[in-house]
Amino acid sequence: MAQALATTLVVASLYALLGAGYVLVYRASRVLNLAQGDLLTLGGYFLFATAATFPGAPVLALPLAAALSALTGVLVYVALMRPMAGHPVFAAVLVTVTLGILLRAAIVLVFTDRTRHPLQNLGLSNPPRPLAGGAVVSTFDLVMVGAAVAFFAALFVFLKVSPLGIRMRAAGERALLASQRGINFHGVFALSWALSAFAGGLAGMIYSSNVRLEPSLGILGLRAFAVALVGGLDSLGGVVPAALLVAAVEVASVRWGNPLLSDVSPFLCLLVMLLVRPWGLFGTKEELERV
Amino acid sequence: MAALGGGYFKTSYEADLALVDTRLRRVALGALVVALLVLPRFASGFVLDLVSQAAFAAIGALALNVLTGLAGQISLGHAGFLAAGAFTTAALVERGLVSPLVTLPATALVGGVLGLVVGMPSLRLKGLYLALGTLAMHHVVLYAAGEMQARAGGNTGFTIPPPRLGGLVFRGTVAWYYALVVLAALVLLLVVNLQRSRAGRAWMAIRDRDVAAASVGIDVARYKLSAFVWSSVVTALAGALFAYHRGFVSVEAFGFFVAVEYIAMIIIGGLGSALGAVLGAAFVTLLPYVIDALVAGVSPDAAQYYVFPAKFGAFGLLMALFLLFEPLGLVGIWRRVRNWFALWPFRHRPLRASS
Repeated sequence: MAQALATTLVVASLYALLGAGYVLVYRASRVLNLAQGDLLTLGGYFLFATAATFPGAPVLALPLAAALSALTGVLVYVALMRPMAGHPVFAAVLVTVTLGILLRAAIVLVFTDRTRHPLQNLGLSNPPRPLAGGAVVSTFDLVMVGAAVAFFAALFVFLKVSPLGIRMRAAGERALLASQRGINFHGVFALSWALSAFAGGLAGMIYSSNVRLEPSLGILGLRAFAVALVGGLDSLGGVVPAALLVAAVEVASVRWGNPLLSDVSPFLCLLVMLLVRPWGLFGTKEELERV
Repeated sequence: MAALGGGYFKTSYEADLALVDTRLRRVALGALVVALLVLPRFASGFVLDLVSQAAFAAIGALALNVLTGLAGQISLGHAGFLAAGAFTTAALVERGLVSPLVTLPATALVGGVLGLVVGMPSLRLKGLYLALGTLAMHHVVLYAAGEMQARAGGNTGFTIPPPRLGGLVFRGTVAWYYALVVLAALVLLLVVNLQRSRAGRAWMAIRDRDVAAASVGIDVARYKLSAFVWSSVVTALAGALFAYHRGFVSVEAFGFFVAVEYIAMIIIGGLGSALGAVLGAAFVTLLPYVIDALVAGVSPDAAQYYVFPAKFGAFGLLMALFLLFEPLGLVGIWRRVRNWFALWPFRHRPLRASS
């Protein structure tokens, strides 16, 4: 039981980081970024590349990989999402699908599709840590939880206190009004994309250090969007409880049900949510219409 | 193309109803039909197989185009419908019901019910939310199929014997070539006629503005559901065809990427156009082979490493380029080129720029 709780917490941290990525982008571009999973993979490969360049220097490699991830987010906004403004949402979502395809192709071209382990080059190890109650998790499981907590804490302070964060919230609420008050919403949206790619990249760096790194990690992202929808697509605060919920359902279904269910349980959560409360636990209600 | 001054004039109802309205088009269509009929005499088995694949893809793309292009309902779950059809057929064959006279109606029934279920949320949800619902459905269907495969097929998949009708066994490249091309042509004819029927116009009205559609008396709920059901029945039947054609059914063949491929077909071809769906299906089907040949031609040694990412990347790049710069797709390009030639030396069609 303690093990199940610990696993839930770890999985929820991964989902929360990815879910935050979805919500940040949704608030900026009203688009579901289906390439979020591939941004995660890309973060892992950035770490692999920087670790290979600076072996044994995680102090250098980790921030550099994180910065590259954030930069990717800005580039994606400028090159792909800004031109799609005014196009139908569907087309913009498909552009993110193609972005995912392109990222994956680029990763295979550069790094081949061999399974990698960035940890070897970093000179770090990943020993198991026993917890209270007999549960055992790996060190990077703890890092994942810590990173998610730190990211959300920093994000909330940033959004609540700093002027830029307040502008970002305003632009996410109503871009037109924000721009009329002199907010440079293109800058703010680019920052949203950067934060989103950073969150995904961070999750990818930790996950790939913890488990393994291969080009097909992106499917993790598809599962995590259930989190974004369950919490409410435009609600950052909803991501954490939703991540806990989806992770708990997933862990429970594997433990007491069928292991095959782990792939589908987030989508079952999503379907139930769509039927009961399509705007999510904490999302804005009026975005729905009925026939 | 001659009457530049005042547009076209149709002087009889027959002319207005005709699908092929000018002599040039009749000749071109006739030539195409003859070419397709005699192709097996000249082409290799490989070419025939390519055309068969394109025809098969065209059936699925036409069905998706009715749902997404005409009715405006976004579906990321097209591969799920295909899988449902293929696995229904596999399940029936597994139980000894091998005759297509049993499997095809059963598959259509399963497809229809699934379409109804998946279509239900479209009455409440729109756009992104609906797309998410269809994506979730795709994963649920694949889970069910995977479960079935794990229980029965010994984890690898199901083998499907070639279909028999009476004493007639359906096998071989040429037989499948004719079957798939004829079926694709039938579906095309059906879609073209559907487009101009009451249902088709109702779908387009809902796509353009559902409130306006409701206010002119279109039963929005009914037509949304009928679009889902129609599309999923045809797609499930395509899935059954897939099962019979390949002779093997396995979950791996119906991943999310397949759904993306079908969406790419109707985007690249031209959303909402039947011709576009066919062109897009041919384009997306043939693209990997073209790139294969290109990469092998440039450097045979590197081919084995770069073929997969090159195919994948080129596919993504083309889709992105069409989305960004040519939302009307291949059909849009075709129309522009045709009009440029037809109108030269003028630049614009006078009025009523139709089809």
